[in-house]
Amino acid sequence: MGSVAKNGSPLLEVQGISKEFSGVRVLDRISFSLSKGEIFGIIGENGAGKSTLIKIISGIYHPTEGSLIFDGKRVTVRDAEVAQKMGINLIPQEFNLIPEMTVSENIFLGKELRKRLFLNQRAMIEKTAVLLNYLRSDISPVARIGSLSVAQKQMVEFAKALASESKLLILDEPTTVLTRKEIDILFEIMRKSKQTGVTMIYISHKLKEVKEICDRVMVLRDGQLISIESSDQFSVHDMATKMVGRELSQVFPPKAKPQEEVLLRVSNLSVPSCLEDISFDLKKGEILGFAGLVGAGRTELAETLIGLRRKSAGTIFLSGKELHVKDPASAFANGLAYLSEDRQGSGILTAFGIAENITLTSLKRYSKVLLHKKKELAKAQEYVRKFDIKAASLKTRLEFFSGGNQQKVSFAKSLDADPQIIVIDEPTRGIDVQAKHELYRFIHLLVESGLSCMLISSEMEEIIGMSNRVVVMKEGRITGVLTGDQINEEEIMFYATGLKGVA
Amino acid sequence: MTFKQLFSKLRRIDLEKYGPLFALVILFIISAIASPYFLKTRNLLNILRQVSYTGIIGLGMTFVIIAGGIDLSVGSMTALVGGIMILTLNHFGGGVSAILIVLLVGILLGSAAGALNGIIITKGRVAPFIVTLGTMAVFRSLTLYISNAGEFRSSSNIYPELGMGSLLEIPNPVWIFIILAVLCAIILNSTKFGRYVRAVGSNEKVATYSGIRVGRVRFLTYVFVGVMVAISALLLSSRLNSISSSNAAVNYELDAIAAVIIGGTAMNGGSGTIFGTVIGAIILGIVNNMLNMLGISPYLQGTVKGIVIIGAVLIQKKKNNT
Repeated sequence: MGSVAKNGSPLLEVQGISKEFSGVRVLDRISFSLSKGEIFGIIGENGAGKSTLIKIISGIYHPTEGSLIFDGKRVTVRDAEVAQKMGINLIPQEFNLIPEMTVSENIFLGKELRKRLFLNQRAMIEKTAVLLNYLRSDISPVARIGSLSVAQKQMVEFAKALASESKLLILDEPTTVLTRKEIDILFEIMRKSKQTGVTMIYISHKLKEVKEICDRVMVLRDGQLISIESSDQFSVHDMATKMVGRELSQVFPPKAKPQEEVLLRVSNLSVPSCLEDISFDLKKGEILGFAGLVGAGRTELAETLIGLRRKSAGTIFLSGKELHVKDPASAFANGLAYLSEDRQGSGILTAFGIAENITLTSLKRYSKVLLHKKKELAKAQEYVRKFDIKAASLKTRLEFFSGGNQQKVSFAKSLDADPQIIVIDEPTRGIDVQAKHELYRFIHLLVESGLSCMLISSEMEEIIGMSNRVVVMKEGRITGVLTGDQINEEEIMFYATGLKGVA
Repeated sequence: MTFKQLFSKLRRIDLEKYGPLFALVILFIISAIASPYFLKTRNLLNILRQVSYTGIIGLGMTFVIIAGGIDLSVGSMTALVGGIMILTLNHFGGGVSAILIVLLVGILLGSAAGALNGIIITKGRVAPFIVTLGTMAVFRSLTLYISNAGEFRSSSNIYPELGMGSLLEIPNPVWIFIILAVLCAIILNSTKFGRYVRAVGSNEKVATYSGIRVGRVRFLTYVFVGVMVAISALLLSSRLNSISSSNAAVNYELDAIAAVIIGGTAMNGGSGTIFGTVIGAIILGIVNNMLNMLGISPYLQGTVKGIVIIGAVLIQKKKNNT
């Protein structure tokens, strides 16, 4: 596999590309070249410069220095449209689809097929059907994007890129939201595309997958190119070590022993058409894992607990007293906190700085008549140190932060209200190994200090490595609660798919 | 190449923060050259006095727009509140105590009218544009009905001193405009409410998930602009010692919104400054003043104003795209 890279003339040559943002060098003289039909992996921690690099290649950013040679010609990629005309397509982490339009309308957006003056709807729908068929997807070409699951949206993005006949396809974290089966399909398509001469850049935090699909792998760290190696001679362990720049200690901290006291008791909770008869206990100092497939109702449960959804039946007890939650404000006042799975959509304000974000939930404590801004900044500084948040200043807007750093700010925000219970929803989605480890360690420290934690995660290892007990959900119901040796991947899958337990 | 980039970077940063101020300075210089009369203290104070009525409303409007809303009803609301203020004044005899009662009634009435807008927008979940377009018609029509399409005329002889008087050569409305501007800047930048207003306008969902009562914050911005309207109505009615039901405060919503937008507040919410709004109001005032002095038909003033507003938004758009 590794030898593929040496064949044929290079499709893309990146020569000494650097990029600076307001004086900070985020990419430092990166050079490499891609052969036709190669799958090239880029790995690195958040903030290593991966996103910046692909944004330069796809015309969203302009390099501070260096040049690009595409198809033998020196090119200036002025904007994303120029890149697309050249055959460079980026499938972004956050989708670029219009929810109100149909699948085929999205795929042909900006390059609609016409029959004289009018749109040729039928041709577009037929072509879409062919593409989706090729992708072995059963999505209807006339389905509205808004009605699709996240995995299906991913497929549509892929179809969109195929429709525009890419020469170079850049996939940024494509498998984060996919199931193993969907990942297999994606990989098969990638291999097929590769045979037809399409070159691909593949960015992922999932190192096993990188090793599986890529011919060569490039490691970036702090904007520097660390190494480029052929993936069959590059073990996952070595990848991780090179990314971080040192040997990794054990991934998960030891599990803390919860106290006997039940802090939160939920009994017979129901929400129309999403949750049914949910009952569980959460002990003081416990990490209660919530496992299940996408759509099992775990996020909905969290949203009900913090008052974003109306329950139709059931009771919630906090320290033995019934808890009435009418909105998030009252939930937080009662000692609950929620770390949202959708970091940018509902977790942090990208237009605000660190301090302003961290104190958003707990602002009352910084306010008499006027805001006590010094106290705010001091608190933010404390979190920056504690969580090792990398930022130019406390006032830097969060849009310029990497995913891992954004997540740390989001985490600090949830904690600053001094909760007793924190509901953590997909805490490590799309963040790098190092930041992951740090987050695990923080969560561990929190429960050790007596905080209780509900951990919702689709990453099996995370659930198994962190939880004292695991609640498994399927289609809005709890199918089982696992303890001790039962907490393993097989057992969880049995309950999650309904092979075991009451569904 | 790099020089060019540096230059464009410099230009962008400055434009973002000081764009409105630059525009004001340039306008000021041009005006000073164009008319010798412009720089006369009397004229400058006159400009400031003229802009203070809509400027004060603009201060409140800044909060509404930053929170992601709009209020088209402020002009009609000014006429309605002003009219009822005069009725109250006459009822209580027009003395000093009557003026205090008028102030209280005005502020209550202004907040109530703002609260009405706010309730329908947040509880009824109707677009602010539609709601306030409706109440704009309602408030004006009520004003016309109460006065039988005539004029509210005050019988007090000390009331006009409030709006006509001055302190240290500076007219009272200007003082009040300055004091309120400082107050509003503090509220926007240094209080919980101000922070929440920006958070709500920046991303409503994040605000909700952060435990901010989004509806309440929005509601309060409309009440707030209502209070500002009441203060403006007090100054306006006391200056004229009357309120014409059909002509008073017509197009005030246009001037107030224009001041906010020219001042660089984002039309879709999230960011903006009180300082910008003050600058925006003064720019509008100078434009009007110049048109008068250069003898351009007053009927064309609307055209110029409209072009300035659209131009300001275009510049804002361009800024966001680079």
